Amino acid sequence: MEARAAGEHSHTHEHQAVPSDPALRVKALESLLIEKGLVDPAALDALIDTYENKIGPRNGARVVARAWVDPAYRQRLLANATAAIGELGYGGTQGEHMVAVENGPKVHNLIVCTLCSCYPWSVLGLPPVWYKSAPYRSRSVIDPRGVLREFGLELAEDVEVRVWDSTAELRYLVLPERPAGTDRLGEEELAALVTRDAMIGVAKVSV
Amino acid sequence: MNGVHDMGGMHGMGPIEYEKGEPVFHARWEAIAFALNRAMGVWGKWNLDASRHGIERLPPAEYLRMSYYEKWTARLELLLVESGLITRDELGNGKAAPGSPRATPALMAAQVPALGKGRPASRDVPVAPRFRVGQDVRARNMHPAGHTRLPRYARGRQGIIDRDHGVFVFPDTNAQFLGEKPQHVYSVRFTARELWGERASPRDSVFVDLWDDYLEPAEMPAGR
Repeated sequence: MEARAAGEHSHTHEHQAVPSDPALRVKALESLLIEKGLVDPAALDALIDTYENKIGPRNGARVVARAWVDPAYRQRLLANATAAIGELGYGGTQGEHMVAVENGPKVHNLIVCTLCSCYPWSVLGLPPVWYKSAPYRSRSVIDPRGVLREFGLELAEDVEVRVWDSTAELRYLVLPERPAGTDRLGEEELAALVTRDAMIGVAKVSV
Repeated sequence: MNGVHDMGGMHGMGPIEYEKGEPVFHARWEAIAFALNRAMGVWGKWNLDASRHGIERLPPAEYLRMSYYEKWTARLELLLVESGLITRDELGNGKAAPGSPRATPALMAAQVPALGKGRPASRDVPVAPRFRVGQDVRARNMHPAGHTRLPRYARGRQGIIDRDHGVFVFPDTNAQFLGEKPQHVYSVRFTARELWGERASPRDSVFVDLWDDYLEPAEMPAGR
């Protein structure tokens, strides 16, 4: 971190400003493991490329859009999410055992992992920092409505909130409500509306 | 273990900090930390549960201070030394011990797609479920010092079996390399009021995935 003059107050929000310390620590470990022949540097690049470029929330968005346009698919998704998601070619690491939970006018689902950072990688990619953070993990189970309010989502009293704590190897995907006024949109256009946050349950899908 | 990682229901952690357009990794070192953890797991010296337990065993003050991938790095160092893949001296010096043999990586780039196919934690073995869907159950009041996936906020609380997910590896024994002890995992529905008291919404509930060994039959239905 850069040193600042005393009394100077910065309003720039330096999210995740990276101290040099962990960067050096990781570099040293990486060099050691390569020197000992324990890791293949090309494998590291391939792993990084997978999660930076190949697997992410666009996968989940296509699952949601398909469920919106195809009632039989929606049924299969809710009955056996792993198989239904597999139909679209998605699966594998941290998506081996999937469960889809459906939002409706009177039901809202929210996904959390209070114990660590469990998240459905195969459909959403790696989790954002806030999902792994102490505030989200601690509060989602005890004050889900307050958490949702912080995300700008105010739920009516008569809506039932279901929080899913990912304590085992089941990974959850929220099937959000299809927004009104989208009857004429095709599957691809619908998928473009679906956000990562809506599939975690901290937002609704809007047009 | 009753660690600081078991955060459900804690107060004082502050507001949620949301970053718009967040990148997958914020810096190269985070990406490398992630990839090293994945690649070194392929050596098979530990399992997913032992690896989660590795993070839980970080000193609580460190756990709260460190960023996510700092924790992954510290955990990897811990597991590497404990498993004997590297020595403490090598870690400290950042150099292989003189004359130590050079290994062949367990994961080569060509094998990354196969690794991505995942590894189910379910087990296709005939184990009878101890509970049925719709049954009233109580999460045991237990405080194992090792790894467990029964969060503190659910212990001693009464819920109802919502669904039976089938048979899975049991983390408490698997994390200690004491065997997989396969058993049923259920989604157990707890009312928000059962967990958090009368001020909680009467409509809301928390579903927690719990293993047979975490549960006992409830004497009476919960007030719901």
